[in-house]
Amino acid sequence: MKTVLVTGGSRGIGKAIAKNLGLTCNVAVGYSNSKEQADEVVDEIKTAGGNAIAVSIDVTDQNSVDECFETVEDVYSSVDILINNAGITKDNIFPRLKQEDWDSVIDTNLTGSFRASQRAIKGMMKNKWGRIIFISSVAGISGNTGQSNYAASKAGLIGLAKTISKELGSRNITSNVIAPGYIETDMTSFLTDEQKEDIIEQLSIKRVGKPEDIANMVSFLCSDESEYITGQVFPVDGGLTT
Amino acid sequence: MEVNEVFDKVKNLFVDELGIEAEKVTMEAKLEEDLDIDSLGIVEVVMAFEDEFEIEIDDEELTDVGTVGQAVNLLHSKL
Repeated sequence: MKTVLVTGGSRGIGKAIAKNLGLTCNVAVGYSNSKEQADEVVDEIKTAGGNAIAVSIDVTDQNSVDECFETVEDVYSSVDILINNAGITKDNIFPRLKQEDWDSVIDTNLTGSFRASQRAIKGMMKNKWGRIIFISSVAGISGNTGQSNYAASKAGLIGLAKTISKELGSRNITSNVIAPGYIETDMTSFLTDEQKEDIIEQLSIKRVGKPEDIANMVSFLCSDESEYITGQVFPVDGGLTT
Repeated sequence: MEVNEVFDKVKNLFVDELGIEAEKVTMEAKLEEDLDIDSLGIVEVVMAFEDEFEIEIDDEELTDVGTVGQAVNLLHSKL
C-alpha cells in the first residue's frame, strides 16, 4: 500500500483529500497548529477502515519538514505521494501590501512546497515511483484582487511542478497542479452571502465548490490510472476560468 | 578506509541503486559514456554516496569527476 503525506491535512481541502486517499493509501495527516483536528481526521480514516497518523509539519522550517518525513518513514517506510496543500492568505490591495505579508505567504505557500517536495523526491528517486500534487488556485492563473502575494505564490507552484515533471519523469515521478476555484472552506468563510451569489453568477455550474470536488481529482492523479499525466494544471472550478 | 574498500562500496551502489552490470564497473569506466548514467543518474549516485558514507559533497567537487576511479578518489579523500 502506498503512503501519502498531506500537508495542511487537518482542515478544509486537505482534510477531504486525506479522507479520500485513506480509502486506498496509508495517510500521514500533516498539521502545523491544529493537532486536535488532525487527530479527528485520523480517527475518521481509521473508522472507515484505513491507516493514518497525525504528524506535525511546519513547512517554513526545513528541520520540521525533515523530522516529519523521518516520522512517516519510520511508520510506513516511505512517502510515495506528497500533497502540497498547506497554504495561508494575507490579503491586501497591492499598493498597501506590506512586504512582511508578501514574504510570509511566499515562504509558506511556495518555498514550503519546495522544502517538502525536495525532501520527498529523495525517497521517490530511490523507489523509482512518486506522485507530487500541488494545490494551487485559480488565483495563480487569473490573479485575484487583494491577493497579489497569494496569486504569485500559487503561480510559482505551476513553474515548480512543470520543472519537476521534466526532470524526474524518467524515474516514474509525476508532478501535477490542481487549481481550485471557490471552495467552501475556512479560507473562504469570510465571504458574505451577497459575495457568494456574485461568484456563483460567474460559474457554469451554479454552486460553490466542495472540498470533495478537489479530493476526487487528487485521488485520480495519485492513482496508477494517471501515470501518463504529468506537468499539467487542472482547474477544478465549476467553469470559472473557461 | 582503503581505496579498494571504497571501490567495493561504490560498485555495490552502482549495481544496487542503478542496476548497472557489475562487470562494467571498473576504476577506468566513464560514468556517462561507459555506464550510461544521465545527469539525474549522477545526482542519484551522489545522494547514495552521501547516505552511504555520511558525508556531504558540494557540486563544485563533482566538476572533475568523470570516471568511477575519480569518484572513488574523491570519496576516499573525504573519509
